[in-house]
Amino acid sequence: MPRRTMIEAIRDAMDVMMARDANVVVFGEDVGYFGGVFRATQGLQAKYGPSRCFDAPINESGIVGAAIGMAAYGLRPCVEIQFADYMYPGYDQIVSEAARLRYRSNGDFTCPLVIRMPTGGGISGGQTHSQSPEALFTHVAGLKTVVPSSPRDAKGLLIAAIEDPDPVIFLEPKRLYNGPFDGHHDRPVTPWSKHDLGEVPDGHYTIPLGQAAIRREGAALTVLAYGTMVHVAMAAAAETGIDAEVIDLRTLVPLDLDTIAASVRKTGRCVIVHEATLTSGFGAELSALVQETCFYHLEAPIKRVTGWDTPYPHAQEWDYFPGPARLGRALLETMEQ
Amino acid sequence: MTDDTPLTLRVPEPAVRPGGIPDFSSVRIPKAGSVMRPAVDADPESIRDLAYSIIRVLNRDGEAVGPWAGLLSDDELRDGLRHMMTLRAFDARMLMAQRQGKTSFYMQHMGEEAVSCAFRKALEPGDMNFPTYRQAGLLIADGYPLVDMMNQIYSNERDPLKGRQMPVLYSSRNNSFFSISGNLATQYIQAVGWAMASAIKNDTRIAAGWIGDGSTAESDFHAALVFASTYKAPVVLNIVNNQWAISTFQGIARGGSGTFAARGLGFGIPALRVDGNDYLAVYAVARWAIERARRNLGPTLIEHVTYRVGAHSTSDDPSAYRPKAESDAWPLGDPVIRLKNHLIARGAWSEERHKQAEAEIVDGVIAAQKEAERHGTLHAGGQPSVRDMFEGVYEQMPPHLRRQRQEVGV
Repeated sequence: MPRRTMIEAIRDAMDVMMARDANVVVFGEDVGYFGGVFRATQGLQAKYGPSRCFDAPINESGIVGAAIGMAAYGLRPCVEIQFADYMYPGYDQIVSEAARLRYRSNGDFTCPLVIRMPTGGGISGGQTHSQSPEALFTHVAGLKTVVPSSPRDAKGLLIAAIEDPDPVIFLEPKRLYNGPFDGHHDRPVTPWSKHDLGEVPDGHYTIPLGQAAIRREGAALTVLAYGTMVHVAMAAAAETGIDAEVIDLRTLVPLDLDTIAASVRKTGRCVIVHEATLTSGFGAELSALVQETCFYHLEAPIKRVTGWDTPYPHAQEWDYFPGPARLGRALLETMEQ
Repeated sequence: MTDDTPLTLRVPEPAVRPGGIPDFSSVRIPKAGSVMRPAVDADPESIRDLAYSIIRVLNRDGEAVGPWAGLLSDDELRDGLRHMMTLRAFDARMLMAQRQGKTSFYMQHMGEEAVSCAFRKALEPGDMNFPTYRQAGLLIADGYPLVDMMNQIYSNERDPLKGRQMPVLYSSRNNSFFSISGNLATQYIQAVGWAMASAIKNDTRIAAGWIGDGSTAESDFHAALVFASTYKAPVVLNIVNNQWAISTFQGIARGGSGTFAARGLGFGIPALRVDGNDYLAVYAVARWAIERARRNLGPTLIEHVTYRVGAHSTSDDPSAYRPKAESDAWPLGDPVIRLKNHLIARGAWSEERHKQAEAEIVDGVIAAQKEAERHGTLHAGGQPSVRDMFEGVYEQMPPHLRRQRQEVGV
């Protein structure tokens, strides 16, 4: 099976869908001739022409708003916001328009739209190239929010997102584009070519939205993670020797609560990890759901390991970023209770 | 120390406030028929003057004059009059229904009826409007049933939108009417996107965006003009300048720009101002812009110069922010009376026929209202189900919503 980086897998997903469906169009800042600042759309304009893949003015509200109009017409736009940190000018279009169009028109108009955004830290990007705004989307009725953690998932989830009849926020952990980064920033990056999930099937396949994956089976404790934190959790489990069950949520909304609840009922312990800030983060929702569904199975308080409630810093990045050492300490503490 | 004088902030004020004498002397009104009609493929640079003038067809004697006249037959003009009268009668009944507590909110069109009624007749089936909340004429002029509009306003058991939207935020794809948001200006860039999609698919349909004078200050207005200009989208971008954004006079959004239409010039978009109270002028300018779009010549910006005679909505009292008699002083008159006088001048209408038509229209509106009220009003009679609240958030209901619906027991 061919091995691909996550960027290649994402490009392949768009390529597959543009070839299958003439209604799929791709646009955003720098995505046309140049192929995107992360090269996710490289070659698509040459292959499908400038009316299917093109550069947009630097106006995120315009990109999302135009895409909503196209989706209402009957196209399936897959647009790129250059960094998730830049999505705020388009937030009104996402929240007030894309998310509610089906509902408010009683299905008269719909919005099959994918908004791709490189997300998360670990690239010395400071406060404007490192944010993880997933909770700003999971809080909005009418959106689906996806965060892949590997090339194979990224392709299958992105194809599922493009085929989905409703708007999907597709958050791409940019630190994973070239390898399964586990938080050890002082070590060389392992390439995806040496990881099982770097194997990406050719052609069309989907990974359904709303299904989590168990990345490591374990009996002692459940770790709920998504995106880059999946690999951090794998490293923390290996380095502490704790028999943790690592669940990769893959989709935050809709959430695979059955898989989560089954695991926590089995292990009795739960640690939640995400890069985003703590307060009102998606971990708060996960913690509440675990408490509501697994209370009588819990043997220790649910613990959250997250970014601090500060803007994402530049020089102090690795003090902010929840790496394997910090997560490992949380796993040990949770086991001791 | 410097010799510079201290800076001061300039906050624009309307010419007159309540208690004052209305004054529109600053609104320059060209004579009907005096503005040129360029070819639709004219170089935008060569027609910049149109952004500063006002295209008018009907003169004071009710005659249609000049290069923009002569497009509509007697029958079409009588239809147009009937549509405007229907909208006015509809507004009157729904305002009263709101005051009677049958619904929560209403917005009327008084004085602006020509803008949406005339524009609609220049479109082809399949074209798409992205309207704001004061273009119900787009529906009425397309024959959308009044009773369905009322069902929406009442949020009753026949509400096409299942009680999910505030009154007047209609949606009807089959009538070229995109779902109204309530958030301002968002639809403007969506209209451009819809038009881009039509061009991507080598379709022949075009889009029309709508915005108010106040909302041109929104960033999405700029987004729409940038995208329309860059991609030469087949879209007509309408600005309805009715002078007032709730209590804020149009000078707050317009700033130092001479006119709202002139905002298009920096984007290389042809921009025209039209007498929005002149049914014939609105239709003629709409036809011109729609033909440009259809011939792949790109976007057009139209500023409809009109006046909001009534309140912004049922939630404000205009006498608190503008002179009571201001609407009487508005120099472009009343669109219904002007078209009526024109039809009489043409020998195609009479005072008697007008009175008779008015009575028939009111009867029709009342009949529709009775039918709608049989299916309920906001607080009485048939209502959408609580289950409808949970449906339609997504195509397939996800597990978390199903659990919440089950919790309610519906």
